[in-house]
Amino acid sequence: MSTVFTAYEKVRLARDSKRPTGGDYIRNVFTGFAEMHGDRRFGDDHAIVAGVALLDDIPVTVIAIEKGHSAKERAYRNSGAPSPEGYRKALRLMKQAEKFDRAVICLIDTSGAYCGSEAEERGQGQAIAENLTEMSTLRVPSISIVIGEGGSGGALALGLTDRVWMLENAVYSVISPEGCASILWKDASKAGAAAESLRLTAADALRFGFIERIVPEEGIGTEDFYKQLGKELKEELLALRREPALADRRYERFRRMVGVKSQTDSPQ
Amino acid sequence: MALLLNILKPRNELEEGGRKAAPVQQDEGEPEKVCPNCRKRTSISTLWANRMVCGCGYHFHMKARQRILMLSDKDSFRELYEELRAENPLSFPGYQRKLDTVRSASGEDEAVLCGTARISGIKVCIFAMESHFMMGSMGSTVGEKITRLFETALTERLPVVGYVVSGGARMQEGLFSLMQMAKTSAAVKRHSDAGLLYISILTDPTTGGVTASFGMEADIILAEPGATVGFAGRRVVEQTTRKALPKGFQTAEFVLEHGFIDEIVDRNRQRAYIAHLLAIHGRR
Repeated sequence: MSTVFTAYEKVRLARDSKRPTGGDYIRNVFTGFAEMHGDRRFGDDHAIVAGVALLDDIPVTVIAIEKGHSAKERAYRNSGAPSPEGYRKALRLMKQAEKFDRAVICLIDTSGAYCGSEAEERGQGQAIAENLTEMSTLRVPSISIVIGEGGSGGALALGLTDRVWMLENAVYSVISPEGCASILWKDASKAGAAAESLRLTAADALRFGFIERIVPEEGIGTEDFYKQLGKELKEELLALRREPALADRRYERFRRMVGVKSQTDSPQ
Repeated sequence: MALLLNILKPRNELEEGGRKAAPVQQDEGEPEKVCPNCRKRTSISTLWANRMVCGCGYHFHMKARQRILMLSDKDSFRELYEELRAENPLSFPGYQRKLDTVRSASGEDEAVLCGTARISGIKVCIFAMESHFMMGSMGSTVGEKITRLFETALTERLPVVGYVVSGGARMQEGLFSLMQMAKTSAAVKRHSDAGLLYISILTDPTTGGVTASFGMEADIILAEPGATVGFAGRRVVEQTTRKALPKGFQTAEFVLEHGFIDEIVDRNRQRAYIAHLLAIHGRR
């Protein structure tokens, strides 16, 4: 029997340092991972780990935001807050995947893009924007999975994919509940109420049509869990390979996300 | 370049264009505004004659409708998608009331105004975001209107010119707001891939999810002098780094120096400047 968690309890679970990180998935779901570093522009962002690997017998490009488990790892990984170089590295490898006709799998786990002054100087907004435009027309299949925190634009920058899945206790939100509470109600302690209002759970995301699938967390971190996930990823990639006009379907996937009522449906 | 030297005469319809004028300082005589930069008081009519730019060069905020009238040929603006109004898709507490209040205070239904217009005779799709409407934040309707505008521009093979101002994604619509970044970006890309021109003009402030989507995706990115342009808010950056930021951090001048925008253009030069760019791109 699984426990029923409140939205804010899920936020805490999603942030738990013991939870499997991007690197854990890379090691356990894939084989033969070869990491590719650097954006070929400025540097290598340790918050994003990316490279090529095999998903069973299928070559894929894997891009994962890595938070790290221990305090030391977290410092090295900037707690999974990517810098512009990380997003540019991700884009470089996605374009490489396109060149070699490899599918792309993104593992998302971040409280948000890094908010430091250096990130601003090097164009954090521009880096995210460019990923969004380029991913929208990528010619290879792509799947992203929110494995922990899906923090706003910094998460979406790897999430403009053909399929988006979420772990059962992962969260995906436009703003952190603490940030939302402090801006709207001038009181960060109301984060619990904000978490409810923001509809940030996987069940909410599925209900509103933002994701296609919830990955159950039963046995999370075990061999069986990773094996099952790998199997499902492979099936989905093979199904995506059969879909014609993939980029057009991806366009329609996001085009449908309208929270408005309109008198007319025509574009004029 | 005769075109660039052509300084436009101020026009009265600017004032009529704003559905509600924004008198800040009401003295006994003519209404005045105090410049936050040089502290000088200037009458509204004098400021209007200079497109709401103070003698010191400070650019006051302008309403979306005023900006469109300022940029476009007389009587050429045709509004599109004005029937689209924000809903409260998540039933977020207090949001509906907030929308009602902001609608009556701003005279607008949403934080962006879209349509077609002519600039020195060249037909364009045009948008202007409204800072008086929840600081130009992007929810579903803003994203939908921007997306439709780029789709219309693609169908009719028109350039897009847009004034950007935004505090970012609108949190009251949750993931619906976040996904507008993806949706608008995909629409910009389709328009771009068809070889069509998009010019954005970043005004104060351009931040968050709008910077990280269609704000920064233009072929040519212009900005108004002194405008705040960035991704994370200044306070958030200060909290993250625990350091005081230098003066001028995240200004238009700062992002120009770091290579992220093409040019800073004074408001009084914008119409001629953009008309010139449109003319260059109209030639084959």
